[in-house]
This record gives sequence, structure tokens and C-alpha cells, in this order.
Amino acid sequence: MAKATDVKLIDEFGRRHDGRLPEEMRPVSMRINVLDNADGSALVEFGRTRVLAAVYGPREPVQRFMILPDRALLRVRYHMAPFSTAERKSPAPSRREIELSKVIREAFEDIILVKYFPRTAIDIFIEVLQADGGTRTAAVTAASLALANAGIPMKALVAGIAVGKIEGVLVLDVDEVEDGVGEADMPVAAAPDIGKITLFQLNGVLTKEEVEKGLDMALEAIKKLVELEKQTLVEEYVTTEEV
Amino acid sequence: MSEEAKTRKLVVPGERLPDEVELKEPYVVEVEGARVATVMGVLDLHGEKPSFIPLQTVYVPKPGDVVIGMIQSIGVMNWQVDINSPYVAVLNAQDFLGRPYNPLTDDLSQYLNIGDYVKAKVVAFDRSRSPILTVQDKGLGKITEGKIVEIQAAKIPRVIGKKRSMISMLQEELGCDIFAAVNGRIHIKCADSERESILVLAIKMIEREAHTVGLTARVQEYIQELKKVKGVE
Amino acid sequence: MSLTPFRVPIVPELRKSTILSLIAKGLRIEERDLYTPRLIKIEAGVVERAEGSAQVQLGKTQVLVGVKVDVGTPFKDTPDEGVIAVNAEFVPIASPMFEPGPPDENAIELARVIDRSLRESNAVDRKSLVIIPGQKVWVVHVDIYVLNYDGNLFDASMLATMAALIDTRLPDYEELETGEIRLKEEKKTPLQINKIVTTVNIAKIGDYLIVDPNLDEETVADTKLIVAYDHEGNVVGIQKSGAGSMTREEILKAIDIGSKAARVYFKSLEEALGERLPVKIG
Repeated sequence: MAKATDVKLIDEFGRRHDGRLPEEMRPVSMRINVLDNADGSALVEFGRTRVLAAVYGPREPVQRFMILPDRALLRVRYHMAPFSTAERKSPAPSRREIELSKVIREAFEDIILVKYFPRTAIDIFIEVLQADGGTRTAAVTAASLALANAGIPMKALVAGIAVGKIEGVLVLDVDEVEDGVGEADMPVAAAPDIGKITLFQLNGVLTKEEVEKGLDMALEAIKKLVELEKQTLVEEYVTTEEV
Repeated sequence: MSEEAKTRKLVVPGERLPDEVELKEPYVVEVEGARVATVMGVLDLHGEKPSFIPLQTVYVPKPGDVVIGMIQSIGVMNWQVDINSPYVAVLNAQDFLGRPYNPLTDDLSQYLNIGDYVKAKVVAFDRSRSPILTVQDKGLGKITEGKIVEIQAAKIPRVIGKKRSMISMLQEELGCDIFAAVNGRIHIKCADSERESILVLAIKMIEREAHTVGLTARVQEYIQELKKVKGVE
Repeated sequence: MSLTPFRVPIVPELRKSTILSLIAKGLRIEERDLYTPRLIKIEAGVVERAEGSAQVQLGKTQVLVGVKVDVGTPFKDTPDEGVIAVNAEFVPIASPMFEPGPPDENAIELARVIDRSLRESNAVDRKSLVIIPGQKVWVVHVDIYVLNYDGNLFDASMLATMAALIDTRLPDYEELETGEIRLKEEKKTPLQINKIVTTVNIAKIGDYLIVDPNLDEETVADTKLIVAYDHEGNVVGIQKSGAGSMTREEILKAIDIGSKAARVYFKSLEEALGERLPVKIG
């Protein structure tokens, strides 16, 4: 295996290893209603990254202690399938998955109108089927679609994307190769219709100016992703209309 | 596209609605000073005032609602009733029996067993305790004949139709008794199983195409076609 | 699985309105302004058995960090680097809200944010932790022990971690003919520290941003942004932690506010460690 540092990730024409320009996303695909049993579901792909989300609820909480008197309780599980990675991932929850479950839950606490459903639980279950970078932001995008598909009242749609820095250049939608050697990875999720950033992390080193520029790149892309979500949701109804 | 179709628009969660649309929590709420749809729905600009019809709703019981419940479990003094809602309802034994109840001599499963359907009215619910049901009113009680069709609660108004237009058409075409409960369950009673199956198919079509225009006419056409195929008069 | 917290401290309405009306006036309960951390006390070398240690008080929040080192094998993808492993324990002595048991999502998040900030900034030179390339490296275990919880565990833990790493001395060793490494009693080699790193926890309460929230403030806050800085002014990590959301402007403002508070933390480290501080803070 070639050592990561030997690989040139931005060529002399400013193209990335897979031919993309810095501000170019991978091909994105979104589908809803992909699982029968769930109240809502979605399958989202960013290039080879493939994430499935299912939403159940609002429903009676499985355990009594989970009852909140003034709002619905959110339960989020981000989980990677053992076969989703190059080396088999143990199905037991890793520390990374526990942290990501938390930050993804926190990306929706202010979006879902939980106060209308006290004493109930809303569950968001996320399975990463194939990981090639950007799984948490794909997960947020899939969860947003699955929530809308389940008819869970929400203030706005949410989508996510990561901005990275490789060889000094800010790039959109980093894949695994780029993430492995990049100087920074900054996942962002937002609800552009209400101007709210609901998930924000930076792993790596950036100047304040780079944070600002990267954030704007991400927000621009998120707007496009939310438009695509809207299209996906509407299309589900339009196709049935033509029966 | 018909004139009616031009005045109806599919709306996604988070979409801004005209300010004249009435608040209908939690489906139309105020976010940062603007009216916003929180679920998929149809914005109807047809009437005097624009209105929003959610395509998906969660059934939250209100006192006075007549619901169709399914017995989920049997307690010492009551039944726990699934009313197609996040909130499981309670039907007290004394209410159902209409007399004082003795847990030592009465076996509740003899009256209503798990899986039985019951038509009942919500008497109390404030979201802090379980909703309470009663069967002490005309036409309420255990459902002993016919079939139950379950659809999304949001689509029930469409099954009934404006001024009961849809449900009247269904009744006239097939001669069945139809009771569409607000919680998404429909009790049907037909003369024979052919009519029953046509009605079930028609109800499922209404559920699927609830957001489209000219639906009553299309459903009627569909029923008449099926009647011809199946030789139903 | 992550659940909406259901065991949260109750802040009575009256206390909440006190906090909010003070903040509206630009003041805090500890008589400080919105952007100034609480009183900081840092003491290094508090546990002799550990290779490095430090205890930090940030207001009433108290955190103890111990560093233990042992010899291990490097990760396959980084054969020429040592290993730094950060773990946090919210031990039940620190708060009535903490339960015994394995680290929960909050403890894991804290440890991972600190771990990433150290790793991404290359604060500790991992290449200097190699004993035999590809075979034997130093494994540096950083264990964060919360002793008293009164909000903002991030900043207190990061300060204690940094001080403990600076305090750390690697044992002398000899390489046996069998290839084994035998450690000696003597410990005198400090870690090679490239950068001093600190986090700054900025809470959003209503329309206000405040630095270093105490427990009551953290409880009423909409959300928090934890920003890590190195002593050269770079941002070396960010984590939005908490249920609410922020606008673009709030995030950028928080990063600005934080960079000033970071200097207060750097200064405290400089005062506590003096000559032992391996880099000059500008």
C-alpha cells in the first residue's frame, strides 16, 4: 500500500484525486420510503458513501424512565455496518459512534417540534451501509428526509456536508482518501430556511479566516442539498398522481 | 392542468406559507415570525382564504373524538386500548359493563379480548395522563361484524370528503355502512365480500391519492369499472 | 444510542431569570463579565506515582488529570508515531448527577474533543515517542478525573491535560538483547511539546454568548461551542455541543471571543508552570 503522504491529492490543474474541483460535491442521490416497517425512511448516497435512516414514532417509549413530561424524547443511534469499512468494523458501538449519535441527536433537538408530543419517543436509527467519508453529514441528511417522510412535524429540513483542507486548499465533501491525509475536516449541518447551524465540528487546524470561508462553502452546498431533499419529497407524491 | 390544480400546491416541511393561513399546531406553526408548514401537505389557494391540508398527521386524542380502538392488553380494572396514537387509551371495566365491577368474579377477557375492536368516545385527555374512553353513548361498544380498514389518520377527511361527498358516493355505489373514525380506522359493513373488497380497494386509492384533484370522480369511475369486472350490480 | 437527557438539574425559574437579567447587563453571578473565565488555579505534579499530573480549579469545577506511560506497539497506519490515548471519567463523587459505570456519551465526547485537539495540532510530538521504529513506542495515557462538577468540564480538563503533559517525564529504559524494553526507576525525559493548546467553551444563552459557563448557566444555555486554539492563534478543533443551534454570525463571533479568552488560559498556564513551559507564548 502506498503511504498516504506519497499521494498527490490536488493536481496541477487544481483537480482532486477523483477529478472533482475543490467546490464540487460527489454525485448525490436521495430516496425516501425505502423501508416498509418504519414510519419514515431514506437512503442517501454521496459518491460511495451510503447511509440508511429509519424513523419510528412518536410512539410510546419502550421504557418508563424515558418519559419526559413536557416534550418527546429523541433517541438517535448512528451505527456502522460491520461490512461498511475496508477492515471489518466490530458491531459493538465504538466511542466514535457514541459521540456521533450524540451530535446527530443534537442536530435535531431544535428542529423537531418535540413539545407537541409529551411522554412519547421519536427514534432515529441510522445505519452506515458503506463508508467513504462524510458519513455523519450523510446521516443527518438521511435523517432529515426520513423525519419528513414519517410526518414528524419539524421547523425546517436539515442537510449536512463536510469541508476539508487538503494540501492547503479548502475542498467540499471530502471522501475517505482525502480525510485520511487532509489537514482538516469540518462537518457542518444546517437548516438554511431558518438560518440555523445545528451540527458543527472541526477536526484539524485552520485559521479563523479559513473557518469562515469553509463554513460559507458548506452552507452554500447545504442549500443545494435541501433543495434536492424538497424535490425528493415532492416527487414521491407526483409519481403517484400520474396513476 | 385544471383551474383547481393550479390553486393547489404541494408543500414540504419548513416551507413558508402565506400569512393568511391559519395556525394549526403542530402542522402550521410560527417560526421566526413566519407561518411555516411542518409536514408535507397541500396549500389550497382555492377558497376565500388559503388553507393548509397536512398529508401526514399524528393522531392525538381530543375529548369528544369517536375512535376505533383495539384491545392491546387487559389490566385488573381496565383495558389498555391501542387507538393508533402514541398515547395508549384506557377503557374502565365499570364503564364498559355499565355496572360496578368485581375483579374476583368478572373475567374481563370474556367481554373484550386482546385484538378485539371497540368503538368508543374519548372523555378526557390532557397529555399528562393516558386518554380515557367511554362506550356509554349511542352506537358505541364492541365491534362484532364487518371489517376494519386502517389508513393514515391524515387521510380520513378525504375519505369523508367535502360535505361528505366522498363517503356518500361510496355508500351509494356499494350500499355499505361506513364509519370513518378520526384515528385512521374505518369500519365497513357490506352486503357481500365482493362489495367489501371493492370498497377496501377504493379506500386505499383515496389514501394514496389524497393530495390530488378530481379524486371523487376518479374513485367513482374505478368502483364502477371494478363492479363491471366482478359482475356486481 | 443517544437519548435526550432526562436527568438534568432543575434550575428554578427565579434563579434562571436572575442569570438572564444579569447577562443582559453584561454581568455574571461571580462578578465577572461575559467573556472572562472564572478564577483559575493550576497545580502540576500532584500525584507522584503518575509520570505526569495536574489539578485545575476553574471556579468551583475541579479536575485532576494523571498521565501514565507504558511501552506498546504503534498503530499499523502510523508505525513511526507513539500513541496518546485520552479517557475521561465522570466519577460519582463529583456530582449528584453522575452515576457509577462506564463513561457515558458526555464523558466520551469530552475525551474525544480533547484527544482531537491535541492530535490535530500535533501538540505532543508523536514521532518523538518512538523507541524502536515500527515496533516499540511510548503509549501515553491521559486520564481525566472530574472531582467537582460546576460546569465547563471542557476548559478545566484541557488545562489540566496540558499541564499534566508538560509535567510528564518518561522513564529511562534499556534495550535488552531479546528486544525487550526494561524500564528504570529514573524518570527525567520530558515530552516534546510543540504547541500549547487550550479550549474555550462559549455558551449561547438567548441572544448572548458567554465564556466559561458555570453549571447553572450551562443548564439554561441553548447550546455551546467549544473552540480549541493553539498558542499561535490557530483554531485546532471545534465542537458544537448541546441541543440548540447557532447562526453563522454567532459561530464566527464565538471564535473571536474565544481567542481572547484563550489568552487568559495560556497566561494561567504560564504563571503556573513558569520555566517549565516548553514554548514561548506571544
